[in-house]
Amino acid sequence: MVETKYNNNVLTAYLSGEIDHDSAAQIRVRVDGMAQELKPRLLCLDFGGVSFMDSSGVGLVMGRFRQMKLLGGRLRVQNYSDSLYRIFAMSGLEGLGVLQ
Amino acid sequence: MKILNEMKLSFPSKSCNEAFARSAVSAFIMHLDPTVNELSDLKTAVSEAVTNCIVHGYRRQSGTVYISGRITEGGRVTVKIRDKGCGIADVAQAMQPLFTTAPEEERAGLGFAVMQSFCDKVRVKSAAGKGTTVTLEKQIGGDD
Ligand SMILES: Nc1ncnc2c1ncn2[C@@H]1O[C@H](COP(=O)(O)OP(=O)(O)OP(=O)(O)O)[C@@H](O)[C@H]1O
Ligand SMILES: [Mg+2]
Repeated sequence: MVETKYNNNVLTAYLSGEIDHDSAAQIRVRVDGMAQELKPRLLCLDFGGVSFMDSSGVGLVMGRFRQMKLLGGRLRVQNYSDSLYRIFAMSGLEGLGVLQ
Repeated sequence: MKILNEMKLSFPSKSCNEAFARSAVSAFIMHLDPTVNELSDLKTAVSEAVTNCIVHGYRRQSGTVYISGRITEGGRVTVKIRDKGCGIADVAQAMQPLFTTAPEEERAGLGFAVMQSFCDKVRVKSAAGKGTTVTLEKQIGGDD
């Protein structure tokens, strides 16, 4: 599930529930649609409401990173729990400087 | 090793069944009174294996995903996830972190790495054209 807020050129997507291959595909369509329309300078993916995530969440972040680069903006990933961080940390995402 | 409980499950390779599969496995081990972390580790590993059957094994067709679970004395949980899909030609290569054959679908190549880091033991048996079986083993609670 995803709810979005747009403010000061910043698009924030509040993700909630379980992120897997199935739900990541739905989130991707929603977020990319809005980002293409609004061309924000910053896209924030907020994982505060996420109770479960598998490696599909990493693919979701990497894909949005590339998407924002194409649109000339930046990506930030915020509010993730320790158990989500364990998965992000395996991926080399830290090297991209998007984890907050 | 005395077997305390067993279960079998099969379902079509639809992505909505990923959530069903990990919930079913978590319900199966619930009476072992797992910690929040043990439960979330096993759920995540099962989700990875089932997703792989659906995304890679049955890539352009549909098929059946089979799960069997077993609890042996001392709280040892074994979960087998099997597909009769395309199989993996080079298992060692497939298990390398960040290796993926589906980058255009935003796969990260982390599934096997996650299974290995969240379980005590991961075994993969696969033959090209025949399918893949992943066996996950995890100790729930202290092994007394
Ligand atoms: N059940 C399967 N059938 C056929 N090929 C598989 C199967 N499971 C894994 N593979 C192969 O092994 C590779 C690595 O799998 P792994 O789960 O580690 O990464 P991924 O699925 O590509 O990405 P991620 O899991 O991060 O989304 C896959 O890209 C695929 O080529
Ligand atoms: Mg995978």
